[in-house]
Amino acid sequence: MAKVPVQFTLNGSEKAEFVEGGTTLLHALRDKIGDTSPKGGCHQGTCGACSVIIDGELRLSCLTLAETCGGADIRTTSGLAEAGVLHPLQRAFLDAFATQCGFCTPGMIMAAKVLLDHTPNPSREDVVEALSGNICRCTGYEPIIQAVLTAARANSQNAA
Amino acid sequence: MALALQTFSTVGDANAALKATGTRYLGGGTLVVRAANEGDISVSGLVRSTDPSLSAIEIDNGKARIGASVTMAAIARHPELGAIAKAARAVGGPAIRNMATVGGNLFAPAPYGDFAVALLALGATVDTDDGEMPIEDFLAGRDGSRAIVTSVRFELPKAENFRFLKVSRVKPKGVSVLSIAAALEQAGDSTVSSVRIALGCMADRPMRARGAEKALIGSTLNQDGIAAALAAAGEGTSPITDPIASAWYRAEVLPVHLGRLLLG
Repeated sequence: MAKVPVQFTLNGSEKAEFVEGGTTLLHALRDKIGDTSPKGGCHQGTCGACSVIIDGELRLSCLTLAETCGGADIRTTSGLAEAGVLHPLQRAFLDAFATQCGFCTPGMIMAAKVLLDHTPNPSREDVVEALSGNICRCTGYEPIIQAVLTAARANSQNAA
Repeated sequence: MALALQTFSTVGDANAALKATGTRYLGGGTLVVRAANEGDISVSGLVRSTDPSLSAIEIDNGKARIGASVTMAAIARHPELGAIAKAARAVGGPAIRNMATVGGNLFAPAPYGDFAVALLALGATVDTDDGEMPIEDFLAGRDGSRAIVTSVRFELPKAENFRFLKVSRVKPKGVSVLSIAAALEQAGDSTVSSVRIALGCMADRPMRARGAEKALIGSTLNQDGIAAALAAAGEGTSPITDPIASAWYRAEVLPVHLGRLLLG
């Protein structure tokens, strides 16, 4: 079958690839472009490990076809650190021991980033709701919730 | 296996392409891409339409028309759809709600399809490329349907007249044990004057609780008044058994949750 061209912006840089029809965005990112920060967990839309931000909205890259992302602005966890300095969310996850095996972490961080982009001072309930589509089998969630709240406080202090 | 995706600007052209064997309509991808990921080899081609009318929400004179491509997130945040926002928010987590569409939810097999349960209680009309039909008829015939759903229409309920409950074991968001929607009006003496109750997970697709509806007419919403409706809640149900709950469990807890919804 003929390959189809896809072109989008990934973490601010232009990407163009030829993919087989029906290729998921997750597959294109990991195996074609080499951004392995989104993880393939369930491939069913249940675990959230593949979460990425497309045009400002949280999406599941395992259920998104790459060819439907033409011209889109795609953000993944690998694009968060700037000049070797971790994003406040990444720093907070490390400090709060919110990462154990690390498999869910990039999805968690993307879900948290969308939350903080729209709600800079979230309540605990806001955080729980924002992470409700992401499954973690290690931490029991509490350190993750605390990390997101800590990152929000750090952000608002920087802004003040 | 590679999937060929064809994109059309009009619904009519997309529907013509959908006649080919092995093709399925791609909405938000939460059903059909999932099926492909699971190795469903009956899907060989995908068709979608970018017709802007599919993504429109129109509210006019108390009536709502929601395009089939409108997502659960768009419904949940729409200022004039507050009465049914709870049902849209019940679907999935935030990422799923940004993708899952109204049209897709009509096809979602139990234990999914919570929003379709709400639409059934509201007595929605389903518009397809072939014409319109009541949601009951649509749900009954959906397995053989080849006409693209274009929109759903319903009368907007007053917030106090529409109740929705999704029961999950995982908090705050998990797959449904069951879901219940009730569109209910009370007369001046606060007896029930009209009611439609829809159930999710109590069959392979959303269904009406007609026995409970009949028993509720003329009753008052208190413990004694709803007893007959709770006793009749399970009539005609054949709940699914899945990793979330057994059919037995769903049947046992249905009257409990219906009672909480009616008294809450």
